Amino acid sequence: MHGLAFDISHLLAGSLVLVSLIMLYQDRLYALLNVFALHAFVLSLSVGWQAFIQNAPHLYVTALIALVFKAGIIPIALHRMIVRLGIHREIETTAGIGPIMLVGVGLVGLSMAVMLRVTAEANLIAREDLAFALSVLLIGLLLMVTRRNAVGQVVGFMSLENGLVLAATGAKGMPLVVEISVAFSVLIAFIVIGIFLFRIRERFDTVDVQALDRFRGEQI
Amino acid sequence: MWLDGAALVLIIPASAAALLAVLPGYKLSARFNVVASLLTLLAALSLFVEHRQIGTYLLVDDLNVVFIALSTLVGFTTSVFSASYIGHELETGRLTPANLRFYHAMYQVMMFGMNLALIANNIGLMWVAIELATLATVVMVGIYRTHEALEAAWKYFILASVGIAFALFGTILVYMAAQPVLGEGLQGMTWTILVQHVAAFDPGLLNVAFVFLFLGYGTKVGLAPLHAWLPDAHAEGPTPISAVLSGLLLNVALYAILRFKMLMTLNAAAISPGPLMVTVGLVSVIFAAFMLYRRRDIKRLFAYSSIEHMGIIVFAFGMGGALANFAGLLQMTMHSLTKSAIFFTVGHIAQVKGTQRIADIKGLTESHPMLGWSLVLGVIAIAGMPPLGIFMSEFLIVSSTFAREPLLAIGLVFGLLVAFGALMLRLQGLAFGEATGSTTGSRASYVPIFAHLAFVLAAGLFLPPVLVTWFQHVAQMLG
Repeated sequence: MHGLAFDISHLLAGSLVLVSLIMLYQDRLYALLNVFALHAFVLSLSVGWQAFIQNAPHLYVTALIALVFKAGIIPIALHRMIVRLGIHREIETTAGIGPIMLVGVGLVGLSMAVMLRVTAEANLIAREDLAFALSVLLIGLLLMVTRRNAVGQVVGFMSLENGLVLAATGAKGMPLVVEISVAFSVLIAFIVIGIFLFRIRERFDTVDVQALDRFRGEQI
Repeated sequence: MWLDGAALVLIIPASAAALLAVLPGYKLSARFNVVASLLTLLAALSLFVEHRQIGTYLLVDDLNVVFIALSTLVGFTTSVFSASYIGHELETGRLTPANLRFYHAMYQVMMFGMNLALIANNIGLMWVAIELATLATVVMVGIYRTHEALEAAWKYFILASVGIAFALFGTILVYMAAQPVLGEGLQGMTWTILVQHVAAFDPGLLNVAFVFLFLGYGTKVGLAPLHAWLPDAHAEGPTPISAVLSGLLLNVALYAILRFKMLMTLNAAAISPGPLMVTVGLVSVIFAAFMLYRRRDIKRLFAYSSIEHMGIIVFAFGMGGALANFAGLLQMTMHSLTKSAIFFTVGHIAQVKGTQRIADIKGLTESHPMLGWSLVLGVIAIAGMPPLGIFMSEFLIVSSTFAREPLLAIGLVFGLLVAFGALMLRLQGLAFGEATGSTTGSRASYVPIFAHLAFVLAAGLFLPPVLVTWFQHVAQMLG
């Protein structure tokens, strides 16, 4: 049962987790965006492979969206936004890189331990994909928590969504509704975030989220 | 005939949103907003008389009819309140006509999203709808574009997105659990089919799925460890949005949790969701009750009170059983009506006083008797004093808990009493004593406030038998 199909999908999903871990230790915005583009690229390969082995042509659409939209348009747009707004290019993290990496590795271990146990009866590929997807999701969350910069948080959120797409495509034959909605929600999310970044810039001259905290209503 | 009530509750808000986006003139669009909301309410009420129906994508059963009727009712009264509220915001220059066109269109988008979430027969569709409603409220919370509003909207957006991402992961896991039994395709995500076959699903996968769904949708309900967005979003957005957030959106997320709870209870080998819900509910009640004491902003105060009440409701549904479910449903209805009435009142109060700071608002019953006494009545109702509706539902929850788990009941009563004390303390300063600040009269719209409070009072004195049997039936469905 361990055919080539399984090996390749295993490789691609595993690479996605690896790229997620790489994102964790980036301390420059441009580098973070580049790694995110790589993340989305690996995702599109993985989804494309799933489309091939599951013989599900509609998944190619999802792969294409990941490739064009997430690996292309969004990183470029964010890149330009950073240039135009003149944001600090270095990202402050809330903790040292070492501890963050250790937590990241711990999260991967946790998701393996949880998902592999409960999906014992499921299809092998789906099983691996789900475990990897949960790792990507949790690392994305960690990325959001440890970045003070709004752009960093947005990238964290998008990598989290990549994990969801991986899970959705791994679940064999999941209705198309969901894939489109995921892609669509990323689109909407991006628009909303874009607007917010602009408005934040208008008001604060910074996109450091910590500056926002000062204005919390309770502290007036 | 395809144009039935179920389709209309979706078509009316969707087309109204499109129209409002292009309609110039705020007076006209405010009126149109009211008319559209009224039509949606009528369509929702027609669901009561229509035959129950199950479609591929849409589902109308006894449970969601209650939710739809409640949400369209509060949606309608809020649109009436909003019409008078925004006139004032326009005069003071906090909003521009262009903002308002956007605001009205978003209001209908949000109503569409919530109705779709309630009526969907597909767990994926429901997820999309809740995300849509969330995004609509996010942009409305940020509409004032002040520092505080932006921070609130950003926080709300990030936390709600993470919550919604977890919910999607849970949804995928439910599909994975269903797939070996039901095969691939749409049937693995259809409520009515899932309910029939859930007993054969893999319990381990369902357990993990429920944890994710509970965390995800629980964030949107505003349960205690995940509530951080809620007070900010309530305090900084326009008050009509605070009213619909508390009155409706929290309920929609709760509805999602209840549906998944029904699935879980039908699978004998899966964990029982009750203890999890009871714990989180109780923590929310006690935490929010203590937080009430330290609030300086009047809208934040009532936002924490919403957390407390959602805690009570989740607690009741977590206890389960016919009586506790009945009480939970009643509590949810009463809370929606009362809390939105309070937010209507508070919105007008903040406008006439020009501030939301509790310390700067005093002696309302002197300066604005109508608003002041409405607030008194609303707070008495929300604090759970007899003879109003919430007293009855809280009494039912506490007494049914005492019969089964006395220790839990003690915790709940403790939380209720602490919250009661905080609300009374604040109410005294707000409503009585020497009046401060502006005493100019307000052109408030009292009709929605009084309509809600009258209903809550009436429900406390006498519940119509039709409603009782309906709720009892739904309570049995929930198991």
